[in-house]
Amino acid sequence: MNKPLRRIAIFCGLLVLALLIRDNWLQYVKADTLREDPDNRRVLIARYATPRGDIIVGGNPITGHTETTSGDFKFKRTYKNGAMWAPVTGFVSQAYGANQLESIQDGILSGTDDRLFFRNTLDMITGKEKEGGNVVTTLNAAAQKAAYDGLKKQGGKGAVAAIEPSTGKILALASFPSYDPSTIAGGGDSDAAAWKKLDKKNNPDDPMLNRALREVYPPGSTFKVVTAAAALENGLYTTADEKTKSPDPWVMEGTTTKLPNEGNIPCENATLRVALQYSCNTVFGKIGSDLGNDKMLEEAKKFGFTEEQFTPTRTSASVFSDDMNPSQTALSSIGQFNTAATPLQMAMVASAVANNGTLMKPYMVDELQTHNLDALEKTDPEELSQPLTPENAQILQSMMETVVEDGTGKNARIPNVKVGGKTGTAQHGVENSENPYAWFISYAKLSDNSSPVAVAVVVEDDNAVRDDISGGGLAAPIAKSVMEAVIDSKK
Amino acid sequence: MSSTTNPPTHHTSTIGAIGAPSRRNTELALLVFAVVIPVFAYANVGLAIHDEVPAGLLGYGLGLGLLAGVGHLAVRKFAPYADPLLLPLATLLNGLGLVAIWRLDQSKLLQQIGQAGGKATNQLIYTAMGIALFIAVLIFLKDHRTLQRYTYISMAGALFLLLLPLVPGLGADITYGAKIWIQIGSFTIQPGEFAKIVLAVFFAGYLMVKRDALALASRRFMGLYLPRGRDLGPIIVVWIISILILVFETDLGTSLLFFGMFVIMLYVATERTSWIVFGLLMSAAGAVGVARFEPHVKTRVQAWLDPMREYTLSRTPNGDGLVHSEQAMQALWAFGSGGTLGAGWGQGHSELIRFAANSDFILATFGEELGLAGIMAILLIYGLIVERGVRTALAARDPFGKLLAVGLSGAFALQVFVVAGGVMGLIPLTGMTMPFLAYGGSSVIANWALIGVLIRISDTARRPAPAPAPNPDAEMTQVVRPS
Repeated sequence: MNKPLRRIAIFCGLLVLALLIRDNWLQYVKADTLREDPDNRRVLIARYATPRGDIIVGGNPITGHTETTSGDFKFKRTYKNGAMWAPVTGFVSQAYGANQLESIQDGILSGTDDRLFFRNTLDMITGKEKEGGNVVTTLNAAAQKAAYDGLKKQGGKGAVAAIEPSTGKILALASFPSYDPSTIAGGGDSDAAAWKKLDKKNNPDDPMLNRALREVYPPGSTFKVVTAAAALENGLYTTADEKTKSPDPWVMEGTTTKLPNEGNIPCENATLRVALQYSCNTVFGKIGSDLGNDKMLEEAKKFGFTEEQFTPTRTSASVFSDDMNPSQTALSSIGQFNTAATPLQMAMVASAVANNGTLMKPYMVDELQTHNLDALEKTDPEELSQPLTPENAQILQSMMETVVEDGTGKNARIPNVKVGGKTGTAQHGVENSENPYAWFISYAKLSDNSSPVAVAVVVEDDNAVRDDISGGGLAAPIAKSVMEAVIDSKK
Repeated sequence: MSSTTNPPTHHTSTIGAIGAPSRRNTELALLVFAVVIPVFAYANVGLAIHDEVPAGLLGYGLGLGLLAGVGHLAVRKFAPYADPLLLPLATLLNGLGLVAIWRLDQSKLLQQIGQAGGKATNQLIYTAMGIALFIAVLIFLKDHRTLQRYTYISMAGALFLLLLPLVPGLGADITYGAKIWIQIGSFTIQPGEFAKIVLAVFFAGYLMVKRDALALASRRFMGLYLPRGRDLGPIIVVWIISILILVFETDLGTSLLFFGMFVIMLYVATERTSWIVFGLLMSAAGAVGVARFEPHVKTRVQAWLDPMREYTLSRTPNGDGLVHSEQAMQALWAFGSGGTLGAGWGQGHSELIRFAANSDFILATFGEELGLAGIMAILLIYGLIVERGVRTALAARDPFGKLLAVGLSGAFALQVFVVAGGVMGLIPLTGMTMPFLAYGGSSVIANWALIGVLIRISDTARRPAPAPAPNPDAEMTQVVRPS
């Protein structure tokens, strides 16, 4: 009986050996794959096990963290004035992931970024808790507050984007209606209820939409700044004060349709300055038609149209179509037809004009830091393009300043500060049935000729009487308060 | 010179009587380790979870030490020549299992779903009952060969135990699918665990009697000895019983265990390889056939083939009427997250397995917290227990003892393989518990009884042969001296 017994002994040994081999495969070969599997809840548990780093504005964190008592996630994100800052921060939630800046800089904030490896190892050796790094933004708290409060006071949907023209630093990024990301930061029932309420299906206002970056609106007359730039750059007209060849009424090329002007305004053969001052559709429509689709598109592209921007939060690409006939090009050149722009895009247009023709790449992350404030990475201002020569930029500046001093943009005037701007009222909907969007883009210039801020405001007001809506009336006051906030904070 | 002047005082034939060491002191020394290691592990869990040495450390250490000490004294008294490794190895596993159960008791998640809290205390009580049964086996089973008398009673008993869960009113459907539990008052018992031992007794007794007939009366065909038709009877009966268990109790593990044990014992009894071939073919046919038709077994197989799919299905109700479980994938994640060295006691998240985290899936907790190193050590301990059991079979002097020892060891090895392989995704999951580690009274008590029987056989095997009757002639030659 002993021979089969020895074989059974070997058989049992083989069973154990098979288990050992399987275990080595599982815990050595496949260990990393299993450990880092996104469905493995341990990944999330580890992510929330340490306090998350903060997003910082002007030296003060606009985020925080709190220890939770229920569930297996230890720390929960909190936001200070979350609704106001939501377009900047995005959200991070124990149940619903993260988006925008919270998601893009998750490696730094959660402390898992490779650049933090050395410090984390050091902390581990010295027995300190791992902590996430900080993200320092370029935003200006006063400007952001002015923008958000202005929109909130207005009460309709809208957005504000403000940029420092010389660097491209984003100073304000507001969207209304907004939401408080604190309400969905946890993983509990109240967070689920809040999440459901924010869902676009249940909430037609779509408060989670970052309108400043992700929504494109027809820019209306504010786009005439781009058309004017195209006319100057292509040598169609060389000064602000020469007469243009613009009949009024003007029948669009290839059609029998007259392009109308709003009201009884002096548009016939008006100079560029007067045309911008009174917002003549005929003059700018004809410029677009004369230059043609290609040249208009080229200029629009130089201002950043048709490209997504990464601030690092991605923006939607603003639209200027190609392959249009002359009448469509004419309509597009006054900001109608297919033309559509994000508020940030129009702020970029104003900023390029203010910065003497140089467009800087817009960005909102100034610096990445370790949790004890050592710099890991600093963003340097970067030139994106040169849509205007300095001379032409100055011509356009003087035209935009006339708009604010004597034209449609009077509501944006600031004592002792030169302000250039352009209003816009964009129609939309089938046969323009819906409430128009009120636009205002502007920049401020200090006495030393430096420009601290360029801003774009769009307001859509369902409640306002249709006639009341004009960029000058609804949007310009908000732009003014944002510019004032930036100028005041410079003092 | 002195050797010639001092003639040997003993006859050579009696040397064996004084030579064989009992190894009881070795066992005692090993037991110290088997108690101290879990005590340190227990302290480690407390420090990791609550940042303090747990208050129950002294009680736990004393409890485990006391149980091990009493067990050791019983072995010293009633089985002095027993194998010295079996008791310390079982004690070590039992102690580590207690620590892991206590560790999972601390999990809020498991407490919420009623899978933890006070389970370690229960397990300590079960352990005490197990040791008591172990000692009872040593005291009352003076010679394992007395079990031979109960061959057919054992068969009836085993069948009775196996069928108990099917009795209406008794069977408790407390696990998803497998009906292997009975409920008496507030206690649940897994009769299959006890049936394992009783069945081994029946097989050993039956095969000892029938082995010559089974081995010799056969025809040789293509290099294999084919048994005669009527000798095929018993194996077919056992096979059918296994299949019935599988179908009615939907328990693949137990069915595989019993059939595997029978084939091993049949092979040892007859020394015919053909039995192994028949056994493998029949179990494969049975398993595949049932897996195809039994929905519960089918989902287990699917979970084995694609655990991630089962995980996803368990999260999204799809109304296919089947119970999908995330456990298989959660167990794999636990193992993977442990890696080579593990997260350390108390620092893993194996509670994510939720249901049966401290019983069927307890190995995943070890995998996550002690890592590859810990699991390899535990598997080797199981391997050692099995090999000491087979060693006992080799050393046993009687065929019944040999068969019983190899049957119990083989069943133990199969159970470890089926459970550990299932949890680690090597084979489909079955509802069985890891001997000694897992939470559960039936399992602990039955396995202590199993160790008790093995110790009894090994004591008989290693006991020195009784001194031969004094040979008057030999006496004479010693007494008569040249004057």
